[in-house]
Amino acid sequence: MKTPTESRKLPMPNDAQKRIEYSTCYMCACRCGIKVTFEGANLRFIQGNRDHPVNRGVLCAKGSSGIMKQLSPAKLSKPLKRREGTARGDGIFDEIEWDEALAIVEKRLRTIRDTDPRKLAFFTGRDQMQALTGLWAQQFGTPNWAAHGGFCSVNMAAAGLYTIGYSFWEFGAVDWDRTRYFVLWGVAEDHSSNPIKIGLDKLKRRGAKFVSINPVRTGYSAIADEWVPVRPGTDGLLALSLVHVLLADGAIDYEFLARYTNAPWLVICDPGAPDDGLFARDHESRPLVHDDGAQALTGAVTFGTRVALFGSYTLPDGRTAKTSLTLAAERYLDDAYAPENVAPQCGVDAATIRKLAREMADVAFNETITLPIEWTDAWGNVHPTVTGRPVSMYAMRGIAAHSNGFHTCRALHFIQMLLGALDGPGNFRARAPYPKPIPPKQLPASASVHPRTPLAGSPLGFPMRPEDLAIDADGNPLRIDKAFSWQAPLAAHGMMHMLIANAVAGDPYPIDTLMLFMANMAWNSSMNTTGTREMLRAKDEKGEYRIPFIIVADAFRSEMVAFADLVLPDTTYLERHDAISLLDRPISEADTISDAIRHPLMPLDRDVRPFQDVLVELASRLAFSAFVNPDGTRRYRDYCDFIVRYEKAPGIGFLAGWRGADGKSALVGAPNPRQWDAYIANQSFFEFHLPPALQYYRYANRRYLEFARTAGFITDIEPIVMQLWSEPLQKFRLAGLQQYPGPKPRDAADQARLATYFDPLPFWYPPLADGEVDANAYTLHAITQRPMMMYHSWDSQNAWLRQIVADNHLYMNVQTAAQAGLADEDWIWVESHHAKLRCRLRTMEGCEPNTVWTWNAIAKQPGAWALAADAPEATTAFLLNHLIDEHLPGGAAKFSNSDPVTGQAAWFDLRVRVRKCAADETGVWPQVAALPEQVVPQRLRWGAA
Amino acid sequence: MKLGLVIDLDTCVGCHACATACKEWNGASAISGPLTDDSPYGADPTGVWFNRVRHYEVGEYPGCKTINFPMSCLHCEDAACVSVCPTGASYKREDGIVLVDQDRCMGCNLCAWACPYGARELDPASGTMKKCTLCVDRIYDTALPVEEREPACVLACPTHARHFGDFEDPQSKVSKLTAERQGFGLLGELDYKPVNRYLPPRVPPVTAPAPAPEAASAGPLSRLIARARLALAG
Repeated sequence: MKTPTESRKLPMPNDAQKRIEYSTCYMCACRCGIKVTFEGANLRFIQGNRDHPVNRGVLCAKGSSGIMKQLSPAKLSKPLKRREGTARGDGIFDEIEWDEALAIVEKRLRTIRDTDPRKLAFFTGRDQMQALTGLWAQQFGTPNWAAHGGFCSVNMAAAGLYTIGYSFWEFGAVDWDRTRYFVLWGVAEDHSSNPIKIGLDKLKRRGAKFVSINPVRTGYSAIADEWVPVRPGTDGLLALSLVHVLLADGAIDYEFLARYTNAPWLVICDPGAPDDGLFARDHESRPLVHDDGAQALTGAVTFGTRVALFGSYTLPDGRTAKTSLTLAAERYLDDAYAPENVAPQCGVDAATIRKLAREMADVAFNETITLPIEWTDAWGNVHPTVTGRPVSMYAMRGIAAHSNGFHTCRALHFIQMLLGALDGPGNFRARAPYPKPIPPKQLPASASVHPRTPLAGSPLGFPMRPEDLAIDADGNPLRIDKAFSWQAPLAAHGMMHMLIANAVAGDPYPIDTLMLFMANMAWNSSMNTTGTREMLRAKDEKGEYRIPFIIVADAFRSEMVAFADLVLPDTTYLERHDAISLLDRPISEADTISDAIRHPLMPLDRDVRPFQDVLVELASRLAFSAFVNPDGTRRYRDYCDFIVRYEKAPGIGFLAGWRGADGKSALVGAPNPRQWDAYIANQSFFEFHLPPALQYYRYANRRYLEFARTAGFITDIEPIVMQLWSEPLQKFRLAGLQQYPGPKPRDAADQARLATYFDPLPFWYPPLADGEVDANAYTLHAITQRPMMMYHSWDSQNAWLRQIVADNHLYMNVQTAAQAGLADEDWIWVESHHAKLRCRLRTMEGCEPNTVWTWNAIAKQPGAWALAADAPEATTAFLLNHLIDEHLPGGAAKFSNSDPVTGQAAWFDLRVRVRKCAADETGVWPQVAALPEQVVPQRLRWGAA
Repeated sequence: MKLGLVIDLDTCVGCHACATACKEWNGASAISGPLTDDSPYGADPTGVWFNRVRHYEVGEYPGCKTINFPMSCLHCEDAACVSVCPTGASYKREDGIVLVDQDRCMGCNLCAWACPYGARELDPASGTMKKCTLCVDRIYDTALPVEEREPACVLACPTHARHFGDFEDPQSKVSKLTAERQGFGLLGELDYKPVNRYLPPRVPPVTAPAPAPEAASAGPLSRLIARARLALAG
């Protein structure tokens, strides 16, 4: 039977009152384009911008809930000063005026800058303006600046930038339109939100295969064609076993390796010598290869040279040298990497490993793509077509967050190099301004600290050799986080996770002021949260706080805000100007170069200021050289003025679009006073389409390299040769072996770490903590991920999103739980070597049996983020961070719980054991005291008249 | 006409974008808005939603699969919710959309009991029943660009797992997708003739990896070197 139909008149929307604006989302680092509809003065609808290169019209759950973020009662509304007589962390403040707040900061910072600029530590969290904050820190003259990359993704960035010239996450993208085989390694649900989702749909429509290597089957893994539940921390072993199979099968791209990688470069084999493991070079310092045609060694390689990929040769000085690829093949063909031998550790059976390797090779070499695009290689040869081996990979947190993550990520790039599957059609491709020289030519300038003087360059960079470290003559770290020390030589993003522990311990030295922007270090952004909160409150023998002064800039009332001595309230993303700059974390796609802006869409309704304006104001008051005129007067009116007129190099500024006095230049051009207007008139983004001849093989594409130099992305038109064998790593290893003719560590433990972990070829080792924690006592690996509808701690204040997730369980494989006598909703103790917590259990099938996991950052301190003290986030949710020590368990507290190469926080090295609670043990533990509750609505009727 | 949605379970990653985009559009000045949220920052946050995403697992480890399952009103052809409505508030339009006339609804809940899909939610503030409208106030709004005259959930979906159209038109995208991918309705045995269709997961691509090379007498490195010579010489 059919229901009869009828027609009734409906009230239709009144479009006359509508106003449309375009801007950029801020809910995560994707930075999608948004189209915002207002009805009168009210926000009505935030949707994806169909024309925007990042999201092409779609928008995730977070972006679609932006209105609730804007309406959050957790918004700060006035500068706050900790009330006298109250303790740090109590969250009791007095409101003050901006004049007073800025005067306090100015006075304090001026004193520090005039005496010892290192005493300011300025760290930022999930902001999107590191080009500005980095410049500001450099101008202040403190080496103690970094953003959150050290606890997020530096293993991916460093491994890529030291190997292929671009990297997973923001410096590369999968060619979703052409790839035939896609392998996703360890990607948690929250990463690269919309671009990955859009891409997976494209793969599915074309029938391309999608393999997910991940211990947990949720999110993206849920729709994978093949799910490979790997044991956490063993991805590197799995990857190198794939390398073993590819080499044993001979299924590698010989031409690619010969042409675009250092596979043929000759490595000096002279154990004990100061240059053992370095490249043999000619008199012009060019690496030597063997020319099979001329039967001679040469540094002068031209396109026609028949270089030897394999072999052992005698150098002019009589010593032996082997090609990089020979050394690699000798290592990986060893039975240790055979599928049968790695299977027990990875939890992936040998047949599956073999099948994956052979499927990749099959697609790479039997489904090769040829596009009729003429291009010119770096040596001047014109090729009529572009060839693609349509295998692609993407990887993120599950690789990055282990102490073996750098080498694991390099192992993934190794597979890509062997298959010749980089920046061609169907590959993982570079996003402008990448690729860059390997590594990028930027050394950390942390050593040049003088009062009232800017650093010689950025505090962060890419060391090439031990001389480039930030250490003093005695080998002691110069940075508060010990980045670029012997303990983490390639810490290219800093080590924010060690900041508070080191500052409180005065190791390597005490600081005066800690300035944090959007970083929730008192909660989910710290390991050892309980201990960190105590450290923030720790006092010396005189009763003074060990970190004397804490400034927090944030838009919302986070847990960290409660620990501030001074709070600088920020604006929301709909209320301020922002430049999403190519100088920063680019939003380019593989074929297009892009940047974007935000601009105020609505008036401020409270006494807050954009933190960018605060930085420009302070820089002007403190007379940073880049922010004042030659006569010492203020140079920039505010942030907007700075963005328009600041030039990093002539013609190159924060925004690449509509440059030149007439606004008609792209990428390079004189400042355009009407640049903001031009962006606003063009939906708030700039997009430059690379012509097809410049789209592929950009590391060796002459016309692209010439273009990139003109655009200021690179300085030299030289091929960017990918590095199978890494000479910078070997130089650090030689220092550890005491063979290096330059700085060497004195400490035996430092020496051993360098000798072991600075292997010039990727290798696998168990996560560092495994060697120090009794694996028989702590049998389970514990990891976290963010749900797709939330991003870190921000979204628990969102009235809509918290209806989807407001608490979390520990998830465990059904069989594992059954064997332990555990059942759904049991209260359990979860113990690590460091601490314990109590939470509830939930079982699932799609979880590797040795793994437990939970949602990260759902739990909240009672009263934080304007949530009620009895909100589930505070009463039943839990934070796994309590169990993670920021140091390795060795006892001496010397080494941080990090990757020994990059200093990346090893969140996922955590091992735990789980037991059922006694009948009278319920409720989450540990508990922290409640913050003062905010007045919040009990009922929300958004849009009610 | 028979307007409805196709939801592709092969690409739904369970991100909830459809749910919040729906909540956003259908709040405020939409025909059923506002959609009340109680205890929005408190102990038991609950609100009115037209579209909720559920997550299930099928099979056993390691052969298990996780299914993300968005659910909203299916706009049944035989809509029990309409038949049981004592005030005539619930009705079916000629285009197939089932709506609740907010001025006639008294919040008696009979329709919610009659609906086997749990698609209706009572707004505690207005005392009226609310449900998916297929964004009737978007899809006919000529002030919107043509490509945006779609339900908010369809516009937002990052994996393009949602499609909107007329199932009566065999040439429409939704009809074709349903035919090509064996789209199915929910609880067909109840015979309410739900209009929305779900596309089952595709069969994973069949891959035929190259067989292992024949074992050679030489060791693997020598074999590799020989192949390299051959490849580069060619």
